[in-house]
Amino acid sequence: METYTLIVLLLAATIRVATPLLLAAMAGLFSERSGVIDLGLEGKMLGAAFAAAAVSATTGSVWLGLGAGILTAVALALVIGYACITHRGNQVVAGMAVTIMVVGLGPTLGLAWFNLGGQTPQLDGVGQRFTGIVWPWAETAREAPLPGLLYAELLSGQNLLVYFAAALVPFSAWIFYRTRFGLRLRAVGENPHAVDTAGISVNALRYQAVIISGVLCGFAGTYLSTAASSGFVRDMTAGKGYLALAALIFGKWKPWPTLGACLLFAFTDALATRLQGVALPVVGVVPVQFILALPYVLTVLLLAGFVGQAVAPKAIGVPYSKEK
Amino acid sequence: MDFYPMLSTHVSRCLTAITLCAAVFLASAAGAAEKDFLPAIVYDFGGKFDRSFNQSASEGAEKFKKDTGIAYREFEITNAAQRDLAMAQLAKRGASIIVAVGFTQASAVEKVAKQFPAVKFTIIDAVVDLPNVQSINFREQESSFLCGMAAALVSKTGKVGFVGGMDIPLIRKFALGYAQGVHYVNPAAEIFENMTGTTPAAWGDPTKGAELARSQFGRGADVVFHAAGATGIGVMQAAKDAGKFSIGCDSNQNYLHPGSVLTSAMKSVDVAVYRAFSDAKAGTWKPGQLVLGLPENGVGYSLDEYNRKLLTPAIEARLQKAKADIVSGKIVVAEYKAP
Repeated sequence: METYTLIVLLLAATIRVATPLLLAAMAGLFSERSGVIDLGLEGKMLGAAFAAAAVSATTGSVWLGLGAGILTAVALALVIGYACITHRGNQVVAGMAVTIMVVGLGPTLGLAWFNLGGQTPQLDGVGQRFTGIVWPWAETAREAPLPGLLYAELLSGQNLLVYFAAALVPFSAWIFYRTRFGLRLRAVGENPHAVDTAGISVNALRYQAVIISGVLCGFAGTYLSTAASSGFVRDMTAGKGYLALAALIFGKWKPWPTLGACLLFAFTDALATRLQGVALPVVGVVPVQFILALPYVLTVLLLAGFVGQAVAPKAIGVPYSKEK
Repeated sequence: MDFYPMLSTHVSRCLTAITLCAAVFLASAAGAAEKDFLPAIVYDFGGKFDRSFNQSASEGAEKFKKDTGIAYREFEITNAAQRDLAMAQLAKRGASIIVAVGFTQASAVEKVAKQFPAVKFTIIDAVVDLPNVQSINFREQESSFLCGMAAALVSKTGKVGFVGGMDIPLIRKFALGYAQGVHYVNPAAEIFENMTGTTPAAWGDPTKGAELARSQFGRGADVVFHAAGATGIGVMQAAKDAGKFSIGCDSNQNYLHPGSVLTSAMKSVDVAVYRAFSDAKAGTWKPGQLVLGLPENGVGYSLDEYNRKLLTPAIEARLQKAKADIVSGKIVVAEYKAP
């Protein structure tokens, strides 16, 4: 029973850690499937995290914060789009440029507006954060046998953005494989000339994909600053954008495998936080340093050994021009 | 993806250069007004507004400014390469005393103090053995001991947690004192101890801090003590959300979540900074080592209107008794020795 409780808690933590990764990875999926490399994920998330926390702190409404987060991420996405789609610039450079800009800009604006050393004020008022939603009978179910705890810890008590992220995967899969827009999006990432020949605008499609990526990054960033913690702190994405990109590649640019990759990364991370100082069978207590390195070691091993060949969209990273 | 940190370091170096120019410019403007005595302070990672360690230092400097009307110069470190540069610039521009906050500044202080033997240096949380350096350290284990007692006294489950920042001897010192205090009250109590990371980034990761705290609550803990700088903000928020107790660190953090923050392990960094400045001004500043503990009021636990209801008179009486016993030597709090 004790072990069972531990496992359920571990899974609950996995879900919390996986949510921002999943949102960002889905954002990247849309952009990359249309042929635009999304190295700006980190920057868009960070920008959204800052905007959401700042607006939520000043207005007292997390919904306005979410709106601001989405707007900011979309604005940054449009900058990337303008550089890469309209002007056919280098996609890697544009994404990195936006990220670097936001890394500096967030704390600078924060310093100017709030005078708190680049942080935003603590969000602790009612309605300033996304908090957990407790489902009906969750507390009663906790006492019930096995499935009860699963219901109380895993399904109930998560915040709205977690459910949104969970719903996003089947929805994205449906868009990609069951709608005309999805078909065109995939086609434009594989062979933009064919799409163009069919009389569909390549640039318009790519812009749509980049904007969707911005919207989803807005959700991811908002989750970081208003749900997972309570306010913006310098560099709070801590590489999650790049990890999401890795999950996307690991998931072979497909929605469901990407979900699996995100859950795996999150699981190793959650496991690492829980294994510290715990005596394991046979080996005893493992040093903290080793435990903290575990997610990375596991990732390298899995990427090297088990993922197989990941085939990128053919036209990824290639700016489209009609003449060629 | 490897080029990202490199690029970012590059950018922050440029920023450093700009900031330094600005600092130097401002400093020379201030220097004209206040020629004879010029104090300066260099903060550590986490920043001046971490609501914890560095903020406490900045409050000390602010108090000095208010009391004497003498302006001070300050510098916030955002990357490791800035330390020597910032200190050397401050020394070159005529600073009389430079207070370096945090153990990571030790090597920079050692280097710059040798270059400028006429400038006084005070380092907090580390020891640098030079004729113009004063090293101020705290016996954090003593305040941690009292916080551990408080945790054990309010815990209903007999399980308490500890979240450290970067895994360094200083933080182990907190953990050890805390554990000893917990076991002093309840020998059967269980303690979950987690470190956030092994790099300076571990001081500024509230998301990870909250996750660690939640994992401890999941295992049954109902009080969590953080010694993790800005990461601790997440720890305390998680405690508030889960309806558990947290214990703050370095600054008095009781006000952050009234009713949820049990108390704070105080470390009088503000007093240390204030003393260094005012001693240097009065000419009574002396190099060498200074260790502040409970007897010197250098460390302690906080009690104010925000946690008055949580720390009942009965608990307070026990803490005061233990405090007196530590001061008199009846209770010996073990000090962490790096292996």
